[in-house]
Amino acid sequence: MKQFRSMTYPYVAWITVMIVVPMLLIVLYAFTQSGNDVLTFRFTFDNFVRFVTDKIFRAVLWRSLYIAFFTTLICVLLGYPIAYAIAHLSEHGETVMILLITMPTWVNMLVRTYAWLGILKDDGVLNAFLGLFGIGPVTMLHTSFAVILGMVYNFIPFMILQIHTSLNKMDKNLLNAAADLGANNVQSFLRVTLPLSLPGVVSGITLVFLPAVSSFFIPKLLGGGQYVLVGNVIESQFLTSGDWNFGSAISMIMAVIIMLSMYFTRKIDVSVASGGKE
Amino acid sequence: MDEKKSRRIGGKIILALTLLFFYFPIFYIIVFSFNDSRSLTKFSGFSLRWYEKMFSDSAMTEAILYTVLIAVIATLVSTVVGTITAIGLSRSSKVLTAIVERVNDLPVMNPDIVTAISLLMFFSVLAVKKGFLTMLLAHIMFCIPYVMLSVTPKLRSLDPNLIEAALDLGATPFQALTRVIVPQIRPGIVSGALIAFTMSFDDFVISYFTTGNGVNNISILVYTMSKRVNPSINALSTIVILLITVALGIVNIVPIIREKKEKKKQ
Repeated sequence: MKQFRSMTYPYVAWITVMIVVPMLLIVLYAFTQSGNDVLTFRFTFDNFVRFVTDKIFRAVLWRSLYIAFFTTLICVLLGYPIAYAIAHLSEHGETVMILLITMPTWVNMLVRTYAWLGILKDDGVLNAFLGLFGIGPVTMLHTSFAVILGMVYNFIPFMILQIHTSLNKMDKNLLNAAADLGANNVQSFLRVTLPLSLPGVVSGITLVFLPAVSSFFIPKLLGGGQYVLVGNVIESQFLTSGDWNFGSAISMIMAVIIMLSMYFTRKIDVSVASGGKE
Repeated sequence: MDEKKSRRIGGKIILALTLLFFYFPIFYIIVFSFNDSRSLTKFSGFSLRWYEKMFSDSAMTEAILYTVLIAVIATLVSTVVGTITAIGLSRSSKVLTAIVERVNDLPVMNPDIVTAISLLMFFSVLAVKKGFLTMLLAHIMFCIPYVMLSVTPKLRSLDPNLIEAALDLGATPFQALTRVIVPQIRPGIVSGALIAFTMSFDDFVISYFTTGNGVNNISILVYTMSKRVNPSINALSTIVILLITVALGIVNIVPIIREKKEKKKQ
């Protein structure tokens, strides 16, 4: 069966030009000095050294990881009960809820993030609401709170959907068996439901952490101009200060961190999944 | 029994709060798009002035046009190319398949900003002027892997004997392709096209880095305009929400209508 093989050739050529070459450019620029001609490269590690040794950039990297970590943690803690509640609805209710949770993700992320501006303002609705209880006004816009809130709002649907899928795959008879064998609700949740839903939690974590660590418009819109994460540093290297070599090095560091964490979570995912089946 | 009941009520409360969290900002933006004043926090009366302003603002109407145009072209091209390539790969060696899949993973798994700057440098090194064409090429590039991801599983579950049978019965390979394979994998193609459309329609990061020459899409416009209060963005956002809801509605309702029609035929 060779008839259709040649149909792949155009795409192989396309990805070589449009994916492989541009990615190699990042590597090339990351390891060369700025101001080089296209033909005379001078290899260097300076770009990486600069990122690791510079106090400001280290703080930015640290802050990005910290924000992404808390975003992911909150998404797990809130997403799990939500997914659990959905899984316990009637079949019809489940379909409707999943559709309702998916719908906002189809609306432009920028638009949804922008929507929070008016809500979080000092004289916004949220502060008006808090004012009813005699609290505030609390400054929320342009704080870490606003940035994490924006990220949770944008990314938690991925977590809910992943956990829900793994809860749904679970054989409900296992819970009956656990109950028959004398387990109470808490025990059967901790010993049966939770371990079986872990693969969903793990893939949810990657789906939230990845965009959280690299996002640059959420910190810009909700964190204000002063709030800088790794994504913002990369943006400014390419669009304002024009230091492509340094920008490439930062991108490469970020891509490697993310690829490695994806690789390891996939491994955990596989071992958890096979462990659960046994 | 009581415990079960209270758990069910607890679940309902959690879900109600979830929906409030998801939909409040969206309704907020829709309501304030009809606000008479500039304020984003105080509603002072119903008016359509921000819609009038939006439609008289050429930057905004152009952005809507570019967004739709690019999404349509990128969807068409990536659906055709992605489907053809996926079919070709299903008949190719494992090594080639693995290589293409790994390369496809790069834009899917990498943060958007990494893909974006790689293209920015690529276009600049080639001295291609950034604008409509570069943005379109970028969109086609990141849409194709998603089409392939949704078509390939359908191809895997396809019975290879079907194609053999078609060829034995005298069909040309092209006929086997269009009459046998494509109809069988149609659901995968449709969902791939849908994913491609929304990916392109909603994209901000890659568009932002690969465009130039005053060509903006809706996301870029929202990003650049949101630095100061501009209620026209609310109107624009409401239009976006409306477009996506209508598109989703059609996608979800059309199959139901078609099913009913087919039942009537029988």
